[in-house]
Amino acid sequence: MQAPALCWHSGFDVTAGYEIKKEYKRMDVMRTVNEKNMSLVTKWFYYLFQSTNGLVLVAMSITALVAAVWGTLSGPMAEYGIKEIFVRLLGFDLQPLQRDGRLVILYHTIAMAVIAIEVYFITDLVPMKDRQRTSINATVTFGYLLSMIFGLSFGYFGHNFLWHGIYLFGLSLMFYSGLLLIVALNPWNKEYYVRDNEYSHTRKGIDLERVAFFTLAVATIGSAVFGAAAGAFFGNGFETFLAEDIIRTPNKTPLQLSVIGHLHIMLALIAVAITLIVSRWLDFKGVFHKIAMPCMIFGTIILTLGVWLVVPYEAIAHIIIYVGSVFAMFAALMLVIDGWRNQIQKRLKEQNITNAGFFKGFQALLHDPLKFGPLWQMVFMNFNTSFIGIFLAVKLDKIFRLWPMREERITLSGHWHILSTLIASIILMYYADRVGLKGKTRQWFGWIVIIGTDIAFAAATLFSFKRLGLSEFGQQKFVDILMLLMDIGLGLTLVFLAIFLIWRFIDMLKVNGSWKKDIAKIVKEVKK
Amino acid sequence: MKIITLHILIMILSVYIGCGIDVNQKSKIDVPYVDTGVNTNEWALIHAGKYYKGAHLHVTDITYDYQMMLTDVTNEQYAKYLNEALARKTIVVENNEVRGYYPGDQFDNYKHEFKIKEGIKLHVKLNEPGLRIKFDGKSFTVQNRFQNHPMVMVTWFGAKAYCDFYGWRLPTETEWEKAARGTDKRAYPWGDTIARNQANYYCSRDPYEALFGKQGGTTPVGFYNGKTYDGYATVKSVSPYGLYDMAGNVWQWTGDDYPYMHYRYMRGGSNGNYEYDLRVWSRNNAGPEYYSVNVGFRCARIVAGKK
Repeated sequence: MQAPALCWHSGFDVTAGYEIKKEYKRMDVMRTVNEKNMSLVTKWFYYLFQSTNGLVLVAMSITALVAAVWGTLSGPMAEYGIKEIFVRLLGFDLQPLQRDGRLVILYHTIAMAVIAIEVYFITDLVPMKDRQRTSINATVTFGYLLSMIFGLSFGYFGHNFLWHGIYLFGLSLMFYSGLLLIVALNPWNKEYYVRDNEYSHTRKGIDLERVAFFTLAVATIGSAVFGAAAGAFFGNGFETFLAEDIIRTPNKTPLQLSVIGHLHIMLALIAVAITLIVSRWLDFKGVFHKIAMPCMIFGTIILTLGVWLVVPYEAIAHIIIYVGSVFAMFAALMLVIDGWRNQIQKRLKEQNITNAGFFKGFQALLHDPLKFGPLWQMVFMNFNTSFIGIFLAVKLDKIFRLWPMREERITLSGHWHILSTLIASIILMYYADRVGLKGKTRQWFGWIVIIGTDIAFAAATLFSFKRLGLSEFGQQKFVDILMLLMDIGLGLTLVFLAIFLIWRFIDMLKVNGSWKKDIAKIVKEVKK
Repeated sequence: MKIITLHILIMILSVYIGCGIDVNQKSKIDVPYVDTGVNTNEWALIHAGKYYKGAHLHVTDITYDYQMMLTDVTNEQYAKYLNEALARKTIVVENNEVRGYYPGDQFDNYKHEFKIKEGIKLHVKLNEPGLRIKFDGKSFTVQNRFQNHPMVMVTWFGAKAYCDFYGWRLPTETEWEKAARGTDKRAYPWGDTIARNQANYYCSRDPYEALFGKQGGTTPVGFYNGKTYDGYATVKSVSPYGLYDMAGNVWQWTGDDYPYMHYRYMRGGSNGNYEYDLRVWSRNNAGPEYYSVNVGFRCARIVAGKK
């Protein structure tokens, strides 16, 4: 079921287009939009670059393509010799000296696409003026496309510094779109005050969920500066490094601390963003909502300030970060509890069951994998990253600092990859729901994504902790099993993702495909 | 629920298929003896002068000539040393552990700083899987056919003790890197690219991977010398100064003790790492009591009359 175009609890019927009317009437070019007069290519363009679902489809497809092609350069694909084939076929320029810089660019380009997707969701779910939505989406789209195309070209196909310049321009556009988003999300705008007492708000009516989105956007923009500041000193006191490689080194320069802080907080904020998006999608409300939103706002602020303080006050910054994390995680827990409770109740109501036992309730919870999955992945995330992080911290001096640095790097880089991909899986499930995946396909797709990623990342977590019980001499059997599980889990997920994306593109070839609903919506808005 | 059950069955099947060899079986694998023809007692001379250090090519000067072993210290060499050291009582064997004296590191009470106190430190833990040296209560011997494989499962203390015993020392990281890289900007000891038959690394498909699995085992020192072994053709892959195995096979302990942390650094990458860890500037580190089937060492010495 697709979520309403804008916030349903703000008290405004946004799809009626109270602002859109005025805005679009001023835009002559948009007046010409008429579905009947459009060529198929124009319709496709409108769908892919005007509708939220289309924009997400483009970003998701490009990210999947990059992941598929660039995935051949490492891990099992490199082991099987696929890397050599792709290097020859596509003409990759993989100079060993430039590897660290290449990876930094690759991480950034993929992150930009993910951020763009989250921005599309936010502009769709949170009420704002339509011209704001259009300008934010347009800027973020240009931003991630430029940074992705030219960043990867610079990193992997020869060091043409014109491409590097355009890559930086793309990143700057992303930053600018963030500023636009901050303005659009202004929670003190009375138009967006909340009247419904089911949702968390102040006495005056300020929507605290909107404040959470606003805080997130401000924190993200501020944290982006930390990476940019280090980048500005590139070649003049700052040298490229992979942050996971120097964690155990006691003496770090302020610029290194800045980069380490930057990458930690950006991923944490991406996680906060998807939590807020899911909360809006699932219509999170009630007492838990009233507890969760202040916690999320407070948590985001403290967490971000803690990370910013890493540069001048590294010693105490971690304590502040822990405090902020606890509040943010508690807010997510509220969402999970409320979300699952609602899902169970809804399903039991559909089945006309009034007095269900544990098993019936459990069955009801698992009924819809696309609704159950995102919340479960948030819980699962804790087993793979949060609890692991706490365990690492507690046993740091007694266990982990005794291991060689390469083991620590495996744990750290695994931790990042797992967290990122679990967030991606949540995005994927939300998107599948938005585009109306139904029936058995919905079941298969949902469960494949959940089970595939969970098996893969449980195996990855065990892989990173294998040294707790295994020496390098005796690890091969265990490693082979875990690698196989990771390959199967991720392989299944990626195959189903590919099928899903192909299905979406095939849908675009149909005269009455579901994509037409998004086109019709755009045209309807313009006509109004 | 059927879908979930199906997925779980697939995963269980995967675990079953994924079963390989276990530790005990691995210890009993019959490895052929391979004579590489490389003289393990030779040293290479590295002249004083500047070179490019690290990934960011910092020009670094070494103001003295020095020598480094052409190959890693082998099991045979280390067993010989253990016997000599035992006779001269510079080491002791207690509770299946070879131990020796170390004066300790300066401690500055820095956050997370390792405290390496003066005392009798672990050099080699005997009877550990992967160690190819045996002790019968009187003398040390090498497991047959592993004589010319690099000595592994040795701690930093054990590596240092070996070098000290003969009046040598472990190379500093700077010395090690220059010996591996020479004076140009290359990424690997032999150039800027790497092929599977140039070094022993993870999934490099050397003959030992067929015996031990993907990670393989150590190759004899100087294995990548251009010879063909039973149909497996290697490319001669030495550093500009003629050193073998400066990339891959086993990590090599270096001698530096850095203040505030006291991690000991290793260089060169190993058979358990992907090729990017074999780049000349790649580093690994661990506490000085760490030992592994992937960690060995070689020694350095100053040319007589110089520093």
